[in-house]
Amino acid sequence: MTRTSTSGARVEIIDLGATYGRTRVLDGVRLTVEPGGWLAVIGPNGSGKSTLLRCVLGLHDHDGLVRIDGVPTSGLPRRARARQVAYAPQSPVLPEAVSTRDYVTLGRTPHHALLAAPRAVDRRVVRDVMERLEIDGLADRRLGTLSGGEQQRAVLARALAQQPRVLLLDEPTAALDLGHAQQVLDLVDDLRREDGLTVLSTLHDLTLAGQYADRLALLSGGRVAAEGAPAEVLTAAALRTHYGARARVISGPDGPAVLPVRD
Amino acid sequence: MAGTRGAARPGHTPTVPSSTRSRRRPALVLGGAFLALVAAALSAVGIGAFPLPPAAVVLTLLDRALDGLGLGHVPGGLDPTGAAVLLQLRLPRVLLAVLVGAALSVSGAAFQGVFRNPLVDPYLLGAAAGAGLGATLVIAYSPAQQLGPFGIIPLAAFAGALLGVGCALALGTAAGGSQSATLLLAGVAVASFLAAAQTLVQQRNTEDLREVYGWLLGQLGRSQWSDVGLVLPYLSAAVLVLLLCGRALDVLAVGDDEALSLGINPGRVRLLVIVAASLATASAVAVSGLIGFVGLVVPHVARRLIGSSYHLVLPASLLVGGAFLVLADLLARVVLAPAELPIGVVTAFIGAPFFAGLLWVGARRR
Repeated sequence: MTRTSTSGARVEIIDLGATYGRTRVLDGVRLTVEPGGWLAVIGPNGSGKSTLLRCVLGLHDHDGLVRIDGVPTSGLPRRARARQVAYAPQSPVLPEAVSTRDYVTLGRTPHHALLAAPRAVDRRVVRDVMERLEIDGLADRRLGTLSGGEQQRAVLARALAQQPRVLLLDEPTAALDLGHAQQVLDLVDDLRREDGLTVLSTLHDLTLAGQYADRLALLSGGRVAAEGAPAEVLTAAALRTHYGARARVISGPDGPAVLPVRD
Repeated sequence: MAGTRGAARPGHTPTVPSSTRSRRRPALVLGGAFLALVAAALSAVGIGAFPLPPAAVVLTLLDRALDGLGLGHVPGGLDPTGAAVLLQLRLPRVLLAVLVGAALSVSGAAFQGVFRNPLVDPYLLGAAAGAGLGATLVIAYSPAQQLGPFGIIPLAAFAGALLGVGCALALGTAAGGSQSATLLLAGVAVASFLAAAQTLVQQRNTEDLREVYGWLLGQLGRSQWSDVGLVLPYLSAAVLVLLLCGRALDVLAVGDDEALSLGINPGRVRLLVIVAASLATASAVAVSGLIGFVGLVVPHVARRLIGSSYHLVLPASLLVGGAFLVLADLLARVVLAPAELPIGVVTAFIGAPFFAGLLWVGARRR
């Protein structure tokens, strides 16, 4: 089986700031994700998590700098960037009559000429990725007939077919139940451990974030309030300050677990 | 560990070997549609008050082609009268029907792709209203019928259609960038305004009402080679561009953010497709008037046949649309011969029940 990427890249976010209209939603954000690392961005609603991902992709105007293995992304042509960074949005647009295979094949777009048909190598990558995510049996099914979990895996397959070095996931588990959420996160974890893919994700489920990511960054009001290993970031005090939440943090076998309490 | 997780995964269907059938089927469908188009064109050329046998038609055309290249003659063609009917009357008309049907259908499919909306047709963005105003103005006020070798009505309709879409694009861009909903609304606004202007002109010149009305319903009855010559360059260039944009439209279908993350600039693709589709539509409208229904429905028929990837829907629409309009035009001149029905009436009369049936069958199959 071919690897989905050559190797992960270091992502550096340096003094990143962004606005929506007149509101400043990100300010002075500095974060680094090591090659093969998984940084999960957590934070209350409206703290700028999704905007941060969109800035890294160049979908949102920003100041400051994003560097991939030292190369500023602002100087990269869009196609070259698409060969480095893949993105699975929180609510992807799924053209429901398109077959899973055709959809995953769209991930090959930055690798072949836009007017040309996919080549043999593109078809092979698509087949490998679908086998790996165990959706090869769904290849001829229309996207509209897939379950939520299968759709999420199709989106992930489309992103992996780009053979990126960095994978950006915006709330990959938002539409999934606990079992399917764990499957998707296990899969992402396998990919980064086996292929060294660098993962930058947002995750609103704090316990899952603490169990899967190797580092967490807590965004609050557009600034990085805390960054570090999960146990350092997920503290009852931090949850109270930034989420206004009453919770106890229990240390579980695979990382800290957040238990909401009533008082 | 990965293995056990996979085995326990709910909803994972067992692996079915991916069939080469699904790869070969599009080629079969496109080949079949092409044969249907040729068959439709041959019957339309042959049927009429002066019947022409298909074999003799083919031989005559072959003879003319070889003669033109200086390669000698093919025996067994039509007699001089038959050849004149073929070359001066039937052929330009059938050719124009193919061109118009293909152009409207491909533009319809392209517009539906750009706006991610199956209800969009090529007239929606102001092309129809602009062409209507242009044609009405010259029918009412122009002293001349010709401008050089070309009729004044096609020229005015062509200019009007481009003007209409141009206004819609300018308004839409000024109001909201390349956002597709804004652009559609701008098109609706421009179309209403131009339609109102056209009605005003029409009401001030009631003696021309009949001619304007006839033009609005669409016609191919007065087709000449000059019409083919007028639209062929624009139409074929525009259709070629649209066919090349098929894969870009497939990427656009996953939304602007993901298209950008795949290295495509959706705004640029959208503008290119809209300009090309409008040019094709304007060319079609210029020579045929407003033939409804084709641009809206043929893309859906094509999707039923070949799936919903635009790099296949566009060529399939081209072939199916060409064949459909040739047959509709044949019916228009045969049903009440020697009188002719407006072709727009035929396309809707035949097309609507056919389409309803298609929807019904599709819904039951699902």
